[in-house]
Amino acid sequence: MAIRGTEIKIQGLTHRYGSRSGVTFNRVDLVSPPGEALAIIGRSGCGKSTLLHILAGVLKPTEGKVLLNGTEITAPSPRWVMMFQAPHLFPWMTVTQNVGVGLSFGRWSKQEIAERVTEAIKLVELQEFATANVQDLSGGQQQRVALARSLVMEPELLLLDEPFSALDAFTRASLQKDVRSIAKRKGFNIVFVTHDIDEAVIMGDRAVIMAGSPGNIVHELDIDLPDPRDRHDDAVQALRTRLMATFQEAANYTKPQSATLAA
Amino acid sequence: MSVAVTTAQEGGICRLMKHPVVQNIGWAAGGIAILAILWSIAGYLLVNDPSTKNFAKFGLVPTLKAFPELWEMGKIQNALAASGYRLGMGLLIAIVIGVPIGILMGRVKWFRDYTNSPFQFVRMISPLSWMPIAVLVFATWNGSIIFLIAIAAVWPIMFATAAGLAKVDPNWFKVARNLGARPWHILTKVIMPAISFDVFSGMRLALGVAWIVIVPAEYLGVTSGLGYSIKDARETLSYDHLTAMVVTIGIVGYFLDSILVVIINRSSWHRG
Repeated sequence: MAIRGTEIKIQGLTHRYGSRSGVTFNRVDLVSPPGEALAIIGRSGCGKSTLLHILAGVLKPTEGKVLLNGTEITAPSPRWVMMFQAPHLFPWMTVTQNVGVGLSFGRWSKQEIAERVTEAIKLVELQEFATANVQDLSGGQQQRVALARSLVMEPELLLLDEPFSALDAFTRASLQKDVRSIAKRKGFNIVFVTHDIDEAVIMGDRAVIMAGSPGNIVHELDIDLPDPRDRHDDAVQALRTRLMATFQEAANYTKPQSATLAA
Repeated sequence: MSVAVTTAQEGGICRLMKHPVVQNIGWAAGGIAILAILWSIAGYLLVNDPSTKNFAKFGLVPTLKAFPELWEMGKIQNALAASGYRLGMGLLIAIVIGVPIGILMGRVKWFRDYTNSPFQFVRMISPLSWMPIAVLVFATWNGSIIFLIAIAAVWPIMFATAAGLAKVDPNWFKVARNLGARPWHILTKVIMPAISFDVFSGMRLALGVAWIVIVPAEYLGVTSGLGYSIKDARETLSYDHLTAMVVTIGIVGYFLDSILVVIINRSSWHRG
């Protein structure tokens, strides 16, 4: 399973839900180099989930564009796959069938599908549940299946919308480490939205903080820590404190100019 | 040694008797036995009352004796073949029309809003009341009967499909599209497996309605089928044959329903 990263360029991205609605975010610019794990944090309503949905091609921007290695994102694609807060597995399928469902939409031979699915299941350490119905798994195991279902597509970019927020603390910590470790091994980009400062520090290479109404990126912080990361390490704690301070500073941010779209 | 073997055998028999399938068969056999006893008593009363003696062949024993007779004459096989063909064609048409329209109703709001009232209105018209129109429209009796079965069976299938789709988690569509699914994939890999339980449940209801409609529909015009056989037996005063055909309808209907129950149970992915 060879996955490569990609350069993400967000250029002048503006979004509003309708002509009568307010602007969600205005003229966002951002570049993420290949293989980066980028955390987007911010308070509710600043547009971070909307930004993620535009990156996934599920929503269209009002202005601006997103480029992945020069290709504009205009629709969902197996090249950029989103993992949601809940696993949303197909309950009539086994683990293997769920993991392979995305490949079955494409032109893959049965043998190729079988090989890639086996590898993805191994990656998330669910080999012994391969033939089990997904309804028989725990919440954490189901989220691992959802992760394998995304990874099997060999995406250049994995988007995560608060993917572990519904899980218990132990499972969440374990999955955070696993996702980062797999992403680093395979070299693909991650962009994840989170409310959890710890999650941003454990999983990210960089955190961008969105704030304001309409939202924009108001701060950035490099998370330059060695792997594997332990939340009890002093360096992790120090960065967590810095990020929390930046986040609180951003919480008081108000955009000076009026929230109008460029003509 | 022999005592131990006997005890083991008794234990095995006890376990077998407690098996749910064996117990279900036991309950069914008991119920049928009670029905047979009541039928026998009714037959005995018919025979012993001079005013009803002419109807003695409605009794259990004459009916049971009529079965091999009818079978040897090929009447049961021919009636089942003719009715089975009409039932199969009618149900097939109902499925071909009902499932796609049900999917549209469940998936497209404006289509559901437009069609709900007219469909509910037409659904409430007794299928047999279409008979004079069917006879005028279709060139053959077979065509008319198949139409009546189809119009009786289409509604349960259509509404069960629409209800099934209304319960489908919209996130499954989002996930599928996110993984590159095209509309055809969404239909075959998401919608159909998700609603198969509801569609088969609708088909079970449709089969029940169609099985009821087919007999009166075959009273008219045709010279084959279960309905015709009953009418023919009544006209020739062969009451034992008439009752045997009625019992045949019950047995075959029960058998067909049981097959659908098995399919429904197998297609269900719901737990608990």
